[in-house]
Amino acid sequence: MTAPYQEPIADYLSATTQRPVDDGLNGAGAEVAGPPTGCRVRSEDLHVYYGPVHALKGVTMAIPDRDITALIGPSGCGKSTFLRCFNRMNDVIPDVRVEGRALLGETDINGPRIDVVALRKRVGMVFQQPNPFPMSIYDNVAYGPRIHGIRRRSRLNEIVEVSLRRAALWEEVKDKLRKSAFDLSGGQQQRLCIARTLAVKPEVILMDEPCSALDPQSTFRIEDLMGELKESYTVIIVTHNMQQAARVSSMTGFFLMGELVEFDATRKVFQSPADERTEKYVSGRFG
Amino acid sequence: MAANSRSLFSADLAQLKVTLRQLGECAIEMLEGATEALVNQDYDLAEQVRKRDNLADALDEKVDEDCVTLLALQAPVARDLRIIMGSARIATDLERIADYAKDIAKVARKLSSEDYFWPLEDIPSMAHSCAAMGRMSLAALDDVDEDMARKCAGMDHEVDARWKLVREQLIQHMEADPSRVRQAAQLLLVARYLERIGDHIVNVAERVHYMATGELRRLDVE
Repeated sequence: MTAPYQEPIADYLSATTQRPVDDGLNGAGAEVAGPPTGCRVRSEDLHVYYGPVHALKGVTMAIPDRDITALIGPSGCGKSTFLRCFNRMNDVIPDVRVEGRALLGETDINGPRIDVVALRKRVGMVFQQPNPFPMSIYDNVAYGPRIHGIRRRSRLNEIVEVSLRRAALWEEVKDKLRKSAFDLSGGQQQRLCIARTLAVKPEVILMDEPCSALDPQSTFRIEDLMGELKESYTVIIVTHNMQQAARVSSMTGFFLMGELVEFDATRKVFQSPADERTEKYVSGRFG
Repeated sequence: MAANSRSLFSADLAQLKVTLRQLGECAIEMLEGATEALVNQDYDLAEQVRKRDNLADALDEKVDEDCVTLLALQAPVARDLRIIMGSARIATDLERIADYAKDIAKVARKLSSEDYFWPLEDIPSMAHSCAAMGRMSLAALDDVDEDMARKCAGMDHEVDARWKLVREQLIQHMEADPSRVRQAAQLLLVARYLERIGDHIVNVAERVHYMATGELRRLDVE
């Protein structure tokens, strides 16, 4: 299966790194001006309320493109809430209210005319528990492209192979693509979920504690994979594992009680953080 | 939020500082003992100082082992990491100070039975300054006090100035009277050891400054 697809695969790989400024997220299709390069994912004075609870308090942050940014903080600090703002996952929560701006390029993600399906194509998400669909390995990866209208078999084959290769899973599953995804181990299932995310060619990948249900070996495989993915994608990871944040990310943001306390180079945050609360948290002195 | 949820780790860090402090005290006491042996031409005291170096070596090894263990088991970050890395480096400097003190004791032993051609005033004065600097560096270490570390490093100028003075005087003696060369050469070595001890104490102060601020900086050029 590999040989006939060499050339298209190369095309596909290069295509993932070239994104249009606006591919129709905004219902009016009006945006044409390119945002400043370097940080397409940004928030400006972003607040989130769950009913009366003020869960995120005015967070302004610029996430570097094609790099890994880690968000850390104790449970309930707002880091996952912040992450979920970037693909509108908070929409499903009753009584949620978002103020301020979450931006992808110059597009306000929480704008009223945003096509959420199109948004989630550009901003993929990987969850804590691997959540493959109850279908074959192949169909899991092909699911997204099919939703977005790709029907041609050869094209789907390419996408499935490229996505599985990029997720470092191809060699393990290439001979059993028609088997159920549930036959895979937990670590393999999580990489399948990453492949499924990659299959729709996102710009941004949000990871919400992607390794917390995995054994150490699978965790390190995912971390290695993240290191490769950052060449082409902007990755934001929420993790409770501080060593993981230190290992994989270039930038780290520390959240506490809904506020962004500190956002700096990971090296700085873990060697000499500026804020005493960050110091205490990363040292395990509270939280 | 618990005020301190890593009490065992904190206790281990405190113990690391205690061991480091013991090493520092040992090195400074050796320096003082060696100087006293030199001035009083006390062979037995010189011999005691020389033997004490074994304790300094053992304490240095203990600090090293404890640092490696804490790095491996506790995954320290931020200030904890800086304290551990700084401690490992400080231990090396303190152990070198103890080595120089041992070398001074060896000179004291060698010169214990001959008359000095020159009153030993500047050399004990250098040693006194070094001991004061050393004690200040240990106090700075106790409190991880960057200001005291900076002050301590600043005292090295006095030691350096006196080293240059002693060196010139001894060279003049050697030039004036070749029969003094053997003893003058030994004393020149002692003065040089003291000058190096001053530099190692500056290193200690710089590491304390790093522990406190995360910033590695030469303090002796300020």
